[in-house]
Amino acid sequence: MIDIIISHYNYWVVIMLMMAGFYTVISRGNLIKKITGINIFQTSVFLMYISIGYVSEGTPPIIAEGFTKYSNPLPHVMILTAIVVGVSTTALGLALVVRIKEAYGTIEEDEIHDQDMSL
Amino acid sequence: MIEQNFSLLLVVIPLIAAPVVAMLPNGRLPWLLVLVVTWLCLALASWQLSVVSDGDIISYELGGWAPPWGIEYRIDAMNAFVALMVSGIAAITVPYALRSVEKEIPRQQISLFYSAFLLCLVGLLGVAQTGDVFNLFVFLEISSLSSYILIAMGRERRALTAAYQYLVMGTIGATFLLIGIGLLYAETGTLNMLDLHQRLEPIIDHRTVHTGFAFIIVGIALKLALFPLHLWVPNAYKYAPSAISVFLAATATKVAVYIMLRMVFTVFSSDFVRTTPTHLIFLMLGIFGVVFASIIAIFQTDAKRLLAYSSVAQVSYMVLGMGLASALGVTATLIHMFNHALMKGALFMAIGAMVYRVGISRLEELNGLGRQMPWTFAAFFIAGLSLIGVPGTAGFISKWYLVLAALEQQSWFIALVIILGSLLSVVYLWKVVEVLWFYPATESGLSVKEAPVSLLVPMWALIFANIYFGINTELTVNVADTAVKLLGIPPYHE
Repeated sequence: MIDIIISHYNYWVVIMLMMAGFYTVISRGNLIKKITGINIFQTSVFLMYISIGYVSEGTPPIIAEGFTKYSNPLPHVMILTAIVVGVSTTALGLALVVRIKEAYGTIEEDEIHDQDMSL
Repeated sequence: MIEQNFSLLLVVIPLIAAPVVAMLPNGRLPWLLVLVVTWLCLALASWQLSVVSDGDIISYELGGWAPPWGIEYRIDAMNAFVALMVSGIAAITVPYALRSVEKEIPRQQISLFYSAFLLCLVGLLGVAQTGDVFNLFVFLEISSLSSYILIAMGRERRALTAAYQYLVMGTIGATFLLIGIGLLYAETGTLNMLDLHQRLEPIIDHRTVHTGFAFIIVGIALKLALFPLHLWVPNAYKYAPSAISVFLAATATKVAVYIMLRMVFTVFSSDFVRTTPTHLIFLMLGIFGVVFASIIAIFQTDAKRLLAYSSVAQVSYMVLGMGLASALGVTATLIHMFNHALMKGALFMAIGAMVYRVGISRLEELNGLGRQMPWTFAAFFIAGLSLIGVPGTAGFISKWYLVLAALEQQSWFIALVIILGSLLSVVYLWKVVEVLWFYPATESGLSVKEAPVSLLVPMWALIFANIYFGINTELTVNVADTAVKLLGIPPYHE
């Protein structure tokens, strides 16, 4: 039992990062912190995909003499695409925060809410 | 042979056109190119549907890599149906957008606006065409990212916070979907939908598969605004530019419904839905969605928000159809998906035309406007009848099939909920009609003129589609039947 827990430590890291990121999105009112939370949440998924591609005792997937066992490169390629998606989401989110700051003069969710309600 | 290339062109043409549009000078030129592209897409999609409507399948291997290794575009009746719906609504929205966008979007942003619109179209069409789950995720994010941009282009500053809220919730949904796809990949080693289905069958009881399924369902539920996860919808639809409210309300959530159908019935199976509590969850959320979203809609003070809540309720009908998990239920879901695009598109166009004249969609500002704009009001009224489900309109056909599907399983309660939902929609639509027609117009309202012809023509085209598909159901019902047969959903039996 203990062995399984220890040998799968990368998955524990994934779960911890996932929950930390998700919790940040839900609990923080600062718009930049929310974006950071989303970023951490997405990063945990990247780690999960990379872990899936790992083959025990496999080498990086480069053909060379004397090596017959390779890690699976497909999840890594997929996650490259997902990283691109994640980067564009973060960029767009931060751009929106800049515009919100220009329009409202604040990036705190409750203050924005108060301003909208007072109209 | 040639049709295989056409199915790819449907995605590639708008994808190549998008950066070209962004580089064109601001003015009417970008609009003209977008118009040509969307109508070309509509022609390709109609042709594609005519090829596959009797059960044939078009398969295109991207880069010449045979499936399941390469990405496959696998077009059956359901794909072509959704692609036709998306490109049809786009082709009708673009003529409408000309005047409305000139009024609502600053001139220096017009070509960028149309570029983002095309990217959104690329994403939605890509989702409809692809047969690869990871490819589907990427296209879904292309359409979502561009719709965040489009919503943020609304005139009021609250458009920014609405887009931000949508971005946060949409990204969480997409990431959930990504986790689910990853877990399924870890179990099967494949991403092709059909291959996934075959490889999942022997290991369908594994806990990883169930976890992956749960992640996928929650992720898509966020995107399709299933009842408790719908909070991004009202503000996103309200503060978006009018043309974008029309396009997104008519297509975005419907495409998410399509993804749900594909994941649940193609990748998994109707047996899986019935043997796990999935169908109960769908039924429960569907019932709650129909009832509560309709009740919330009654208390809205803004016409666009009211229609947005009505969208949540209508999507819940589609989820109800899925929850029934019978051939008839899913047929009803597919027909309602198509018909709802027609009626909600027309309703948002009518409200958008009023916003074009008075600049605001709060109900109290629209007093008596219906008498000033009789053609717009008539369009709103007929589309409203279709939404309620009055015989002779498209809305009746889908509700009829849904009620039949419920009665087939002796679910009197569900049939009652469907009818109750229709009655509630009478209440909230009547509220708008009352304001538009029976309230005395304000001083400034008396000088309002009828909407320009370029807004009225697309609106009435959708109205005629509503009536046409309410009388001649050959296309919708036949295609939905074929699609359901190909999904392999058996008719209900005790």
